[in-house]
Amino acid sequence: MNWHRINRLGLVVGVITLLISACGGTSTTADNWGTATSAAGGGGMDALVTAAKAEGKLNIIATPRDWANYGAIIDAFTAKYGIAITSDNPTGSSQDEVNAVQQLGKSSRAPDVLDIGMSVALANTNLLAPYQVVKWSDIPANQKESTGLWFQDYGGYMSIGYDSAKVPAVTSLQDLLGPAFKSKVALNGDPTKANAALNGVMMASIANGGSADDISKGVDFFHQLKLAKNFVPIQATTSTVKNGTTPVVFDWDYLSAGHGKDVPTWKVFVPSSAILLDFYAQAISKTAPHPAAARLWEEFLYSDAGQNFWLQGLARPVRMAAMQTAGTIDAAAAAKLPPANGTPIRLTPEQATAAKAYLAAHWAAAIS
Amino acid sequence: MTAAGNPAITGVGRPNVGGRRFSLNWVGAVPFLAYVAIFLFLPTAIIVGGAFANDSGFTLQNFANLSRPDVVNAIYGSVILSAVTAIGGAILGALLTYAIATGNPRGTFRRVVTSACGVLAQFGGVTLAFAFIAAIGPASALYLYLSTHGLDFYPGGDVFLYDLRGLTLVYMYFQIPLMVLIFLPAVDGIKVQWREATESLGGATWHYWRYIAGPLLAPAFLGSMLLLFANALSAYATAAALINQGGPILPLQISNAISSEVGLHEPGFAKAQAVVLIVIVAFVSVLYAVLQRRTARWLQ
Repeated sequence: MNWHRINRLGLVVGVITLLISACGGTSTTADNWGTATSAAGGGGMDALVTAAKAEGKLNIIATPRDWANYGAIIDAFTAKYGIAITSDNPTGSSQDEVNAVQQLGKSSRAPDVLDIGMSVALANTNLLAPYQVVKWSDIPANQKESTGLWFQDYGGYMSIGYDSAKVPAVTSLQDLLGPAFKSKVALNGDPTKANAALNGVMMASIANGGSADDISKGVDFFHQLKLAKNFVPIQATTSTVKNGTTPVVFDWDYLSAGHGKDVPTWKVFVPSSAILLDFYAQAISKTAPHPAAARLWEEFLYSDAGQNFWLQGLARPVRMAAMQTAGTIDAAAAAKLPPANGTPIRLTPEQATAAKAYLAAHWAAAIS
Repeated sequence: MTAAGNPAITGVGRPNVGGRRFSLNWVGAVPFLAYVAIFLFLPTAIIVGGAFANDSGFTLQNFANLSRPDVVNAIYGSVILSAVTAIGGAILGALLTYAIATGNPRGTFRRVVTSACGVLAQFGGVTLAFAFIAAIGPASALYLYLSTHGLDFYPGGDVFLYDLRGLTLVYMYFQIPLMVLIFLPAVDGIKVQWREATESLGGATWHYWRYIAGPLLAPAFLGSMLLLFANALSAYATAAALINQGGPILPLQISNAISSEVGLHEPGFAKAQAVVLIVIVAFVSVLYAVLQRRTARWLQ
């Protein structure tokens, strides 16, 4: 009896000791990469690869396979490092990504890395872990947070994509008000909700006498479009473009150009009077369940290979200028970018805030 | 609502229990009460509590925001859409149910229709919306053919499919089968002998429906209609796939407030709008209870 009890006690103590040492063991490495602000700071690239492979998994969110060539990037990363990627909620918004970080916390399903719009990035820096990729100095200073809480990844111009078999060639925004475009023009989302749609309305505004400070002309334009019965209120997706429900779409040029795969007659037009440029940003979650894999994913995205993958998806990677100088850019892919002549405009956070406030008050009335 | 027709509560007076005896009768209800507490009361409490809060603490601003013109329109749109599809779905569904119930109880027609209803009542979301877009949308083969042959059902480019009229049509697609499923047991309970009795006492069809079948079926009919109303009020995915702009019904407005990525993220306002949905359902439920008490009075 006594012996049994002692024996059992010993077993329990032994198990507890084992557990503590096991926890201690993993938590040292995890803590190490969870707080590492660069590959060198965490023990070097080789150590990062080893730690990431040991984690074996990576959770990404709101990155559809047909968005900026993410499908190829995911496959290449898994092939190179043997790390399985779980891509959650592909059609989610940037806010959905942040909501997932907040709601899932440290659980193994929580997102490790985020690909988010600038307004969401700036509003949620408390959820992000600072990290500087090896190629940090290639990213222009005004396109990154100085400690690495967020750093821009790829961008493009707001454009009008259209199926040239269904509608006449688009040479200006005014064309879209004509009778040939009845029930044909759509946005990629609701502009009070989706960043791409907000920029679509902003582009219409700039082309119609507004400015980056004044989105009202764009709202007026879509009101005219609605009155002409040309506006389609459904969200343009690959499937609505494919089946012809949305033959004219306001969207980023790199997303729009991708429709050419399904619709060979698809053309992309960037009005020279309104070249609107915007970048998305990468960020690592502070509570990432796979901290090393998250950092390795960022290193992969900002390597020459990763940047060229985005370029092959017709997005303009943030290191493009540096890579053109170094000669590491995929020149054939760069030549395929939709042409745009003029000076690109980029919204400041203040201009974006003013635009969204105007939209919140006026958008629903303009299109209903 | 539940107390209305329950003689155990309304009919019997409070029993005179001598002394204080500890009873364990309630233990059997614990799983149910726990379930209701976790999945009904807790979420409701979180929503109501959150509706009075923003980042800095207590506020009434979320409720003040409900007066925004587009939100008022959305509340109006949601109620109209739910009422029309509930009443329309209930009437059409009841007619179909009657046709099934009076047919051969083991016939092919009945089996085909009930199993089809079981599937179609659950058919919703993006798939349903896309089915309609592909079938009768302005890019569909049907529309393109008919519009070049003199029958343009979107005259002047007025695509009704993409507004509340379209939602009404699409919602009917799952409301009618749902009505059949929940109303069929009640109609099956009607005995053919009652009709024969009416006729042998000299009653006409009108008398049978007015005094026998109508009053018997009314509580079930109203209850089914309430379920259809709540079903339409809370439907989101179908509407989101059909109408992406402006949020003409409340579930779409709530979605905008939760997941806006352009900085219009207002979780407190979303919860305030959810409270409006709860209030609407509560109001309709009370209305139902009153009606049910009236229609079931003869039973007591």
